[in-house]
Amino acid sequence: MNLPPSLSSWEQRIRASAKAHGLVCFDTIFEMVDEEQLDEIAAYGGFPTRYPHWRHGMEFERLRKSSRWGISKIYELVINNDPCYAYLLSSNSLTDNKLVMAHVFGHCDFFKNNAWFRHSERKMMDRMANHAVKVRRCIDRHGVEAVEAFLDRALSLENLLDYRQLCAGTPLLRPQPRHGVDEDEVPADAPNFRLRSRDYMDEFINPPEYMEQRRRKHAAEQEEEKRLPGGPRRDLLALLLEHAPLARWEWDLLNIVHEEALYFAPQRVTKIMNEGWASYWHRKLMVDDVLTDDEVVDYADTVAGTLAEGQSLNPYKLGLELFLDIEARWNSGRHGKDFEACDDMAQRDAWEKAEGRGLEQIFFARAVHDDVTFLDAYLTEDFCHRHKLFVYRRDPRTHKKELVTREFAKVKEELLTNIVNGGAPVIEAVDLNHSNRGELLLAHRHMGKDLRPDFAEATLLNLAAIWKRPVVLESRIEDKLVRWIAAKGTVSMEHPSG
Amino acid sequence: MIGPIEKDHRRFRQIVHGTIRRDLKRYVSKGELLGRSAGGTISIPVPQIDLPHFTFGSGDGGGVGRGEGGEGEGEDGGQGEAGEGEGHHILEVEVGLDELARILGEELELPDIRPRGESDIVSEHTRWSGIRRVGPESLRHFKRTYREALKRQIASGQWDPANPVVVPVREDRRYRSSQVKRRPESRAVIIHMMDVSGSMGTEQKEIVRIEAFWIDTWLRHQYKSIETVYIVHDAVAREVSQHDFYHLRESGGTKISSAYQLCLDTIRTRFGSGEWNIYPFHFSDGDNWSSKDTAACVELLRTSVLPQCNLFCYGQVRSAYGSGQFKRDLDQALPAEERLVTSAIADRDGILGSIRDFLGRGR
Repeated sequence: MNLPPSLSSWEQRIRASAKAHGLVCFDTIFEMVDEEQLDEIAAYGGFPTRYPHWRHGMEFERLRKSSRWGISKIYELVINNDPCYAYLLSSNSLTDNKLVMAHVFGHCDFFKNNAWFRHSERKMMDRMANHAVKVRRCIDRHGVEAVEAFLDRALSLENLLDYRQLCAGTPLLRPQPRHGVDEDEVPADAPNFRLRSRDYMDEFINPPEYMEQRRRKHAAEQEEEKRLPGGPRRDLLALLLEHAPLARWEWDLLNIVHEEALYFAPQRVTKIMNEGWASYWHRKLMVDDVLTDDEVVDYADTVAGTLAEGQSLNPYKLGLELFLDIEARWNSGRHGKDFEACDDMAQRDAWEKAEGRGLEQIFFARAVHDDVTFLDAYLTEDFCHRHKLFVYRRDPRTHKKELVTREFAKVKEELLTNIVNGGAPVIEAVDLNHSNRGELLLAHRHMGKDLRPDFAEATLLNLAAIWKRPVVLESRIEDKLVRWIAAKGTVSMEHPSG
Repeated sequence: MIGPIEKDHRRFRQIVHGTIRRDLKRYVSKGELLGRSAGGTISIPVPQIDLPHFTFGSGDGGGVGRGEGGEGEGEDGGQGEAGEGEGHHILEVEVGLDELARILGEELELPDIRPRGESDIVSEHTRWSGIRRVGPESLRHFKRTYREALKRQIASGQWDPANPVVVPVREDRRYRSSQVKRRPESRAVIIHMMDVSGSMGTEQKEIVRIEAFWIDTWLRHQYKSIETVYIVHDAVAREVSQHDFYHLRESGGTKISSAYQLCLDTIRTRFGSGEWNIYPFHFSDGDNWSSKDTAACVELLRTSVLPQCNLFCYGQVRSAYGSGQFKRDLDQALPAEERLVTSAIADRDGILGSIRDFLGRGR
């Protein structure tokens, strides 16, 4: 539904204000929806055209319940796409919707200019619709049970990506199928090198000895590939697409899961920055240009709600405070070698060099960082103390949270380990031909936190079902080596000595 | 129109039902669903329906928070609000009791109950479905009346298409009339009897409580209107409320015949008109006071109780003190009686099996 005239004139003004403040956005299209529609769109991850799967139905039930019982409410939903789509809630007040629009322009600028989004698919709306068509066709052809079973497996692997490739200078790895036209065929190791020819010419166009030569060369290359010449690999989905024996339709489904996971990955690794940036800008735009006098109280109320800290550290709040801190520090010159070296408290407090580079610095930060490097670069000891951050643990006996320390290094370490690798464990493929039996060997790079065992086992089974040979995962549980082996539908666990 | 989300949502509900069905045994034996029902639905925690991923274990559940407080201080001491990292949520799904009964029926392969004497238990309903030529003006059927008038005018040649005026006369008038419809009625009463003598411990009562809940759920699914009567007995029997039935703790001897006598009296005075499907359930640990009393019980059952009810179920819960003699006595004395079902319940895992014994006959 299009915007009512009252809102669309505000939209023009906010857009102009964003532009004047230096935000560079894709075209942004706002749509007005009611609460149930918004829940539905959110259940599909923002794409009303997404493929059918029960997981979306589950998400929908959860969202409906929490908005009906007033547990939580979605304020805004914005899609990284060119043009950018954003949804406004029709039941929101004018003030709230103005706020949401200002917020959306912040996100939109971030999507367009942050380095981790550089390879992002910008026609995702269309892509998702194509994926949905493919999935539906698969369902028609192979039955809903088979497709659902395969999708369930594939989706349980969706966080096994290599987040490092997102900002790399080389384009994202997008595996190509090795299949012929036959839907059910599982490709042999060698592709078809035969050129098209008439019967009587075949011997000359495709001489047998040359064919044999090609085949052997290809086999040798494959062997080499399987030894992982580039070192261990983290993008397990791509690895499965390249090496697992999949029928064409399975390959297509897995490829869809891989592409969509890659699309959502940048948002996963820039949550704090993205929300902080958008919060910074809705605040700026609202206060500078958009807010009318009679709206101040409503505005303050809503903003207080979005920045409130409940059960968890609020990414909106943390991100916003960090951007404000950067701006203040670079405006007054409280950074760099001289400032760091100064240990006279009074002098530090009174430090004032009219540098005025605050705005420049935050635009720079939003372009080059993800959450990990952002926190690493800008979370200072001062900030940590000013905001009273601490590390807590849950007491194993009483199950109560207990404050452990306020030491800066520990706080920073805890924060970073929680978000590194998109908050997921780092799992790498080490060997595709483990024990020379075609088994897949994975290693969990343990960084102080154990895997959740029941989930790890279930996920391994899914991996083994796709790999079609045993899959081995090495990890540590309570500082002891463990080795899970998934084969033929069961998982066993070993404690190798040493 | 059915949108895409409805389809996905429906599929999700199907999966939930599948999960409940698979884990039914656990739900039944743990008794964790009791007391979760409100207004005809029950809220069931369904773990493990989400797709598994490689994630970190809950471990020590640490994180970063902000606020006041010193080292080592806990949640109650002036601390900060909280930290980061999400806890796992267990999905709670609401399922109607009817739905739950259907799942139970599917899993235990329970046959639908054929109500007793479908042909002879009838109730009368009046429906305004007839038409008569006489009646009060307030019930005049306007449309039918005009149709009759039109027919008459066409037949007698008075009808003029150019001037279509229809005038009904006395004979054209039609009136609505009520007709009596006879419908087979199924009403049922469940009579729960429980031995509360000293030998029935807390665990035994809990088993009875769980089993009674599921039996109620199934029978409610099968009958439109159902009543429940609760009787407890030790050496004497009396009728109690539902709450008392589950919470009462008596001690003393056991005279089962007292309960059967009260059950019979209840049937005669309140449910004796022959319109009721009657389901007495008796739970005990199988210890009776004397063999003379057991003989009296058998006599009561054979001559009076059994002929009146659809099914008489005796569930014997194993207890540390009970001899379990009563079930053997019943089986011996009334071997050919198909309205009598006896079942031994060893422990909580035996509940499902005994429900199948009781309700598997479709009576």
